[in-house]
Amino acid sequence: MTKKIKININGIPVEVDTGTTILNAARQAGVIIPSLCYHKDLCIAGNCRVCVVEISGQKRLAAACATPCEEEMEIHTNSLNVLHARKQIIELLLSEHNADCTSCFKNGSCELQKLASDYKILKQDFIRLVPFRNYTIDKYSPSIIKDDSKCIRCQRCVRTCAELQGINALTVAHKGDHMKITTFFEKPINDVVCSTCGQCINHCPTGALVEKNYIEKVWDAIADKTKHVVVQTAPAVRIGLGEELGFDPGARVTGKMVAALKRLGFDAVMDTDFTADLTIMEEGTELLSRLKSVLVDHNPDIKLPMATSCSPGWIKYIEHIFPDFLDHLSTCKSPQQMFGALAKTYYAKARNLDPDKIVSVSIMPCTAKKFEAARPEMHASGYRDVDYVLTTRELAIMIKQAGLDFMTLEEMHFDRLMGESTGAAVIFGATGGVMEAALRTVYELVTGREVPFENLDITPVRGMDGVREASVKIENPLKAWAFLDGVELKCAVAHGLVNAKKVMDSIKSGESNYHFVEIMACPGGCLGGGGQPIPTNPEIRQKRAEAIYAEDRGMPFRKSHQNPEIIKIYKDFLIKPLGEKSHQLLHTHYTARERF
Amino acid sequence: MTVNYQLKRADFIFKNENDWEDVLGKSIGRTPQELINELISSELKGRGGAGFPTGLKWKLSAEAESDVKYVICNADEGEPGTFKDREILSRVPFKVLTAMAVCGHVIGAKEGYIYLRGEYFFLQPELNKAIDEFEYYCKETNLDFKIKIFMGSGAYICGEETALFESMEGKRGEPRNKPPFPTNYGYMGKPTVINNVETLAHTFTIFKYGAKRFYDLGVQYSRGSKLFSVSGDTPKPGIYELELGMSLADFVEEFGDGDTKAVQVGGASGFLVPRKRFAETAIGFQGKLTGISLPTGGSMMLFNSSRSMFNVLDNYLEFFREESCGQCTPCRVGCQQLLMGIKAVKRGEKNARYLDKLLTLTETMKLTAKCGLGQSVANSFSSIVENFREEMIY
Amino acid sequence: MNPVSELIKNLADQHGRNRHNLLPILQGVVEQEKYLSEFSMIEIARELDLPASEVYGTATFYSFLEHKKMGKYIIRICKTITCSMKGKNQILLAIEDMLKINVGETTPDGNFSLLQTNCLGFCHKAPAMLINNDVYTELTPEKVREILSSYLKKQKEGIA
Repeated sequence: MTKKIKININGIPVEVDTGTTILNAARQAGVIIPSLCYHKDLCIAGNCRVCVVEISGQKRLAAACATPCEEEMEIHTNSLNVLHARKQIIELLLSEHNADCTSCFKNGSCELQKLASDYKILKQDFIRLVPFRNYTIDKYSPSIIKDDSKCIRCQRCVRTCAELQGINALTVAHKGDHMKITTFFEKPINDVVCSTCGQCINHCPTGALVEKNYIEKVWDAIADKTKHVVVQTAPAVRIGLGEELGFDPGARVTGKMVAALKRLGFDAVMDTDFTADLTIMEEGTELLSRLKSVLVDHNPDIKLPMATSCSPGWIKYIEHIFPDFLDHLSTCKSPQQMFGALAKTYYAKARNLDPDKIVSVSIMPCTAKKFEAARPEMHASGYRDVDYVLTTRELAIMIKQAGLDFMTLEEMHFDRLMGESTGAAVIFGATGGVMEAALRTVYELVTGREVPFENLDITPVRGMDGVREASVKIENPLKAWAFLDGVELKCAVAHGLVNAKKVMDSIKSGESNYHFVEIMACPGGCLGGGGQPIPTNPEIRQKRAEAIYAEDRGMPFRKSHQNPEIIKIYKDFLIKPLGEKSHQLLHTHYTARERF
Repeated sequence: MTVNYQLKRADFIFKNENDWEDVLGKSIGRTPQELINELISSELKGRGGAGFPTGLKWKLSAEAESDVKYVICNADEGEPGTFKDREILSRVPFKVLTAMAVCGHVIGAKEGYIYLRGEYFFLQPELNKAIDEFEYYCKETNLDFKIKIFMGSGAYICGEETALFESMEGKRGEPRNKPPFPTNYGYMGKPTVINNVETLAHTFTIFKYGAKRFYDLGVQYSRGSKLFSVSGDTPKPGIYELELGMSLADFVEEFGDGDTKAVQVGGASGFLVPRKRFAETAIGFQGKLTGISLPTGGSMMLFNSSRSMFNVLDNYLEFFREESCGQCTPCRVGCQQLLMGIKAVKRGEKNARYLDKLLTLTETMKLTAKCGLGQSVANSFSSIVENFREEMIY
Repeated sequence: MNPVSELIKNLADQHGRNRHNLLPILQGVVEQEKYLSEFSMIEIARELDLPASEVYGTATFYSFLEHKKMGKYIIRICKTITCSMKGKNQILLAIEDMLKINVGETTPDGNFSLLQTNCLGFCHKAPAMLINNDVYTELTPEKVREILSSYLKKQKEGIA
């Protein structure tokens, strides 16, 4: 039990735990002290100085985010000194900032803009500094645009890339007036070890880091009468989109999302969850095939553990940092890419369409998916499998541009052929979801029985801990899988690349003996992805996770192999998992990249 | 503080009687508490510019609980106009090494470092020789204390104690948030005493002669003697050990060239005192423990009537703009605004009233900057602009 | 092995491979190579198992850890106020005149680079400058020309 101390905030007595910062203590007194460099996900920086407060008896103002409360401290959050200082600091930031708000992607959602608005910085006499620097905008990455002229040097992106993702693609360089946030030798982020996960975008308070947006291109495609535009939506979009359009975090807006997409003019609105189920079929079969190769054939070329391959941020990460372990990755494409390949083959054939005229769009909670869609090998259909990727945020922008009153839209259903899905598919959006979906199918395939967990909720793989382990014992399998009798299937789940490293290190050292690992690049899994609504924090991600599991429970089918459209696609088109058609369209290879 | 007497010279720092082994031996034989009491009653305050009571600093570190502690000698002398620490390290290095070892004994540290600025690389060979001889003595007398030199690489901000720790830990020299303070959480997160070179040299004097000898020099709140680095328009540039408390008028009388217009006390982080205030300004520390003390790293730069105070301020602001670590908004942007601001006023691009806005900016920097660098820019800016306003405009 | 890689490996063996050993290793490379190239930073990152961006970010913080190619002799003239007052500009002009380069440039033969720096701690003997690690004080244009000539002579004899 931590000791409590008594302090006084603006005349209001408050009792807090020892060690609480003034910023957090103030909330108990009903005061929200503004801040820029502070973020719940990250370590304390204390460099923007926006959160300064006055402490009785101290000559200097203190940063509320970095100062722990002490017994009998008297704090004033709105004294005249504080107000003057805070206004000047905001004014200083604006003088260093490209404040051309009306032409900025973050117009309306920028934290600096909000501060300037709250504090009414109506007179800005300081000399504008931006014209004196030769800022260039880095647009080379397919996923991320970096505009230094808007950077306020809060270092949130650097801390994110270091603490949450452990990649350190971004760093602080030089000092004094040359101090800037940049990459190794100031190269374009596309040329360094950036995983394109977009977590930096999620944490950037201004428009310095935004996603490469394809909204105009998609509008053009929709308007083009000669084109048939197909759209797929990821599991995590349906529980995140609402936040951008007036709903609270954790709102499930699946039906409205489909309705909106139809209204926007897409020719077919189908579901990535369909190919998520397909991924389970392919990947589950692959896992079993690997288990046989290792446990029975003792084939040294086949590697265990097998790692999931649906997170492109994770893929780019392992390609850079652990290029010797690429054969641990499942050869399955991600659901997005499987969908794209099928859209221009299976779907085109079924609907009698010229694949050349199909534009394949996806709505993703992810910025790395933009990079994935642009990977050179992703043209199995004979055309680019996915033409444009929009983030959840971009979709919300399109909905607003179309003037749709999202909240009152009547719910609609996905189109047929590639629009049906199961509960196992929707949980792909949460960390542990792919693992759980795979186990539900694989266990039943092998034993003929359902997984031995109540209500099919495999809780050991759920939750927000960085690395989670689970093991499932196979007993009395079907005859075909007799070699698995008594095998304890060891699984690990990690989210956030810093945890991916932990798992990879333990695999590299031989410490662990997993059979199957699921790795998601983003904290929380896709629901916390680089393309999801901003802000993000542990509480919001928790609510989104609860929404995903609620969606799961509400589905008529909860196991991938029960999906009628999946049964159909194998019967009519793919024949069998890991079959020839599957190998051609649904599986891929990887590229080793430089570590530095 | 009382301004009382004329310049009084002292001769403790550079007087070398080659008795360091004696002083070290005797000090190690005393209890830590005794030594702390001696320092506290001497009222020695840090000589690097911040003026924190040395005895209190050693006491706090001694009380901190940790199996590993450090003693660091801050030789990152970078304040414009200061060159005393270089002299101490080249002429009487053993006093510093002895003081470090005694500090180690007092707080329970076995390792000491000298953070030597990169520009003083040429001091290394001689200093290393002294350290070798020192370590030999330690081995012979079973004193468990090792000293190493850590080289800086050209960053003024690394003279700030927490930035120094960051630099020694292989990172950018960006100052940390305080609290926690170095006496509890310093180098590698361990309790650390970090003292300026001159401060350590004074502790040697105190351990050799006793607190009273030191206390009897100087005035109330500013006990003891101090080294002053004198440069600029003076016929006697150099280093002088003087008692604290003298009036600036007497100082200028001794060191001026007969035409002194202003004196910069404490380097670019200090105050510019115009002639009309010489008599009423005393050189020392102000009273309170937590207040802002007159930055007396001891740099004294004299300017005669041929010098433009605009050029002086411009020079200081260029310095700060370059040397700021760039972390915090008020300092990073503030220094740029101040420099560009005075240039704009001079060129007539901005009205003279803009200087008042800049003065409010320096107040904001003083209140909100993360470390001493940003907080001290106000000192020279306001003292120059307020006393020489005309020179800023015309 | 590449000489720079070997140098870095030796420095790492000498100082250690922890983060807090980074600065001495960076200094060691600059001492010999006069600057930190992209290649050397990657090697250091590899040797110490650090992200390359961290090495770059740390190195660029320190004025003496050059990351652009420098001449054999780096001249650093103090530009702080006292040296300024005592004639730093004449010294600068004399050097620019003699070596035919401006501040921030390197002579085409790769011998000299000219930079300005902040207070060197010789204010009472201003103006002052560093050439690599050696200090020269109480400079005059003649004295500076003599000093640079002696370096050129040393360089020629070294080559011979």
